[in-house]
Amino acid sequence: MKRITLGIAIAVGVASLAGCQKQEAAAPVADANYQKVLIGRLLDAKAGDVIEIPAGRFSFDRSLSLRVDGVTIRGAGMDKTILSFKGQKAGAEGLLVNAGNFTLENLAIEDSKGDGLKINEGENITIRGVRVEWTGGPKTSNGAYGIYPVQTTNVLIEDSVAIGASDAGIYVGQSKNVVVRRNRAERNVAGIEIENTIGADVYENTATDNTGGILVFNMPNLPQPGHTTRVYRNKVIANNTGNFAAKGAAVASVPAGSGVVINSNDKVEIFDNDIADNQTANVIISSYFSTGYMTEKGVAKAFDPYPEEIAIHGNRFKGGGDKPDGLDLKALRVAMFGLSGRLPDVLWDGYVNTARPGGAQVCIDNGAAETLNADGPNKYKNPSLVTAAVRCKLPPLPVVTIPADGGAAATKAAPTA
Amino acid sequence: MKQLFVIGAAVMLAAMSLVGCKRSHEPVQFHATGHPENLSDWHVLSVADGHLRMNEGVEPYALNSALFSDYAHKLRTLWLPPGTKATYQDYEAFDFPVGTIISKTFYYPRAENINGGGDSVLRVAETPAESRDGLDLSKVRLIETRLLVRREKGWVAMAYVWNAQQTEAVLARAGDSIAMTLQKPDGSGKQDFSYMVPDENQCAGCHSTNNTTRELHPIGPKARHLNRDDPWHPGSNQLARMVSLGRLQGLPMSGVPRNARFDDTSAALGDRARAYLDVNCGHCHNPKGPADTSGLWLDAGTTDSRRLGLCKPPVAAGQGTGDHMFDIVPGRPDDSILVYRMDSLDPGAMMPELGRGTVHEEGVALMRDWIGAWLGSCADTEQNVAMQSR
Repeated sequence: MKRITLGIAIAVGVASLAGCQKQEAAAPVADANYQKVLIGRLLDAKAGDVIEIPAGRFSFDRSLSLRVDGVTIRGAGMDKTILSFKGQKAGAEGLLVNAGNFTLENLAIEDSKGDGLKINEGENITIRGVRVEWTGGPKTSNGAYGIYPVQTTNVLIEDSVAIGASDAGIYVGQSKNVVVRRNRAERNVAGIEIENTIGADVYENTATDNTGGILVFNMPNLPQPGHTTRVYRNKVIANNTGNFAAKGAAVASVPAGSGVVINSNDKVEIFDNDIADNQTANVIISSYFSTGYMTEKGVAKAFDPYPEEIAIHGNRFKGGGDKPDGLDLKALRVAMFGLSGRLPDVLWDGYVNTARPGGAQVCIDNGAAETLNADGPNKYKNPSLVTAAVRCKLPPLPVVTIPADGGAAATKAAPTA
Repeated sequence: MKQLFVIGAAVMLAAMSLVGCKRSHEPVQFHATGHPENLSDWHVLSVADGHLRMNEGVEPYALNSALFSDYAHKLRTLWLPPGTKATYQDYEAFDFPVGTIISKTFYYPRAENINGGGDSVLRVAETPAESRDGLDLSKVRLIETRLLVRREKGWVAMAYVWNAQQTEAVLARAGDSIAMTLQKPDGSGKQDFSYMVPDENQCAGCHSTNNTTRELHPIGPKARHLNRDDPWHPGSNQLARMVSLGRLQGLPMSGVPRNARFDDTSAALGDRARAYLDVNCGHCHNPKGPADTSGLWLDAGTTDSRRLGLCKPPVAAGQGTGDHMFDIVPGRPDDSILVYRMDSLDPGAMMPELGRGTVHEEGVALMRDWIGAWLGSCADTEQNVAMQSR
């Protein structure tokens, strides 16, 4: 394995300063040089290369991109090696990767104009110890996605941090076989979002202070409908930040105070999580009809808007539901549960695919936690508690294993429909 | 500091240019490997007698509708190794032989007569006359020349940036940023912007029209773009001329596709709009391109109105929605994400993502007209209440 060290003398000097002072601005002279140096390394990279970026704060006025398979980019730590895109003039992301067998670890991407890290197509992707942050706090003008693999297979995102994304902090789209674990997502619109993805395990993450903590969505008009996602052993706490997504973005319809949200996805199992103090509801199950984007012309007829085979069990719920977002939900809370009451832990819009043969589509077997059916299909006329009616069990979903992470994983991989 | 660097670089480039002049009468040189440092190393274009001239066998070509690049004018040339021919394809770029060199020189007419001029360049339409004998360097400011070179393993892209003396262009693999001022001939509409020369990977961002293979392909040399009169040889069709020059084989007698010219007001509005979207967006927004993740396809082959954006919700546009719900809202351009993103200069929202630092006002106007002419509405079939209540 060839090893490339990018440290030029000046950069190293600056780096050590930045390391001591923690995120102080580095001298611009070194930065200007470093952009060319790093772009050059990315252009000349060969499979097996490790591109090491020293500690320091480096500024870029354009997006970086990598198009060579088999490359590792490694910094000195997510608080030590900082790629800053504050002065970005061109490019829609901080780092764009069109390559497989790719690893990015131990660095930060800050203040990119668009997405922080986008990986478009590719197999065997590892993101480890990476922080993507918009440092000015939640703002609609922040970039959309922090860590954003799309159309990828065998994806591992671990020990990473995403803060301030105006759409989703960690967003896995249209992918297969995904593990998202031990990450922290804060102050994004969506903390962690799994969308149109087949086979995802999301565990031991902390999602807090987002608008919605962990989302499992299906969007229409895409070749791959998602299914088979497990969300377990996460902490999804107090995701009550006001929704700051631009209208029209998929997550703009998520009410502030949402813990775990499932929309139009199938085969989703939510268990063994600590979900607390999300002021609209700790769990929301909804169909595409409730997003406001359903149109006859714009949504493919083949799209399945119903959440099906959804299992919620064994979670520890606490608080929440006491201050729902939006006038309708506020009114609903008061009407059904009184001035000091709260919406139950699970809020369901009640859309069911009546044409679908076979068993239950939503199974909530979570101790004393109650489920409210908002009666969406009847224009929300008769919302009711349906806790007993939806109490049922579904077979557990398979474990997701990433080949590079867990040895004999191939046989355990989620089915590819 | 920056000033010093520029001067230093200019002196260095001036020295290099001497070499360029000396070699100017050599035949075109295809480099099968490597990244030659100077544009003159290729002998495709040469500077002589105050002109940028095309070497023997290097032919200019024009497109019906071209990609917008900050109002830059473009001199496009094609060179094939002697005795070789490109093979016609009806939809994709022609199949070019190894050794092919496509060049595109970005330049602006100078605005030196306006208010003292300085670094200002003109925002005016390109005319065939200005490039009939190459380019008169006293009248134009050269910015960069991009090469697409067909090597054994596929196409390679390189960008060369011209020096201030306009004597040589030097390879800029990591790209470049050039401060420019653009204004109309009457001195109005003055705007400063950063002209961004793409780095090599960014070249691929557009030319890798299939994001799975990641192979680069030319975008312009396709039948529908080239099927037009040859502006330098009035009366002859450009494709027919390529055949007569021995550069193209397999051209059918009929049924060759042809895009409209987006600024040809005698053509149908829909044809002009689709031609514009095809060449500006279709290289990414197609069923295999990097933007296939969006489900929005804008290439010439797409006919499904939903795929073209009609009432289609965005997938991952983020703040690029501009607070709008759908890509195209019929009759309502100001509510359409497509127009918003074309009209934006925010790198996180604008489309295309690369290659412009200004808004193409005429292109946006065309899209507004086109969307304005669509009928119907995107009214919900099932109005939401509970979740969309904020």
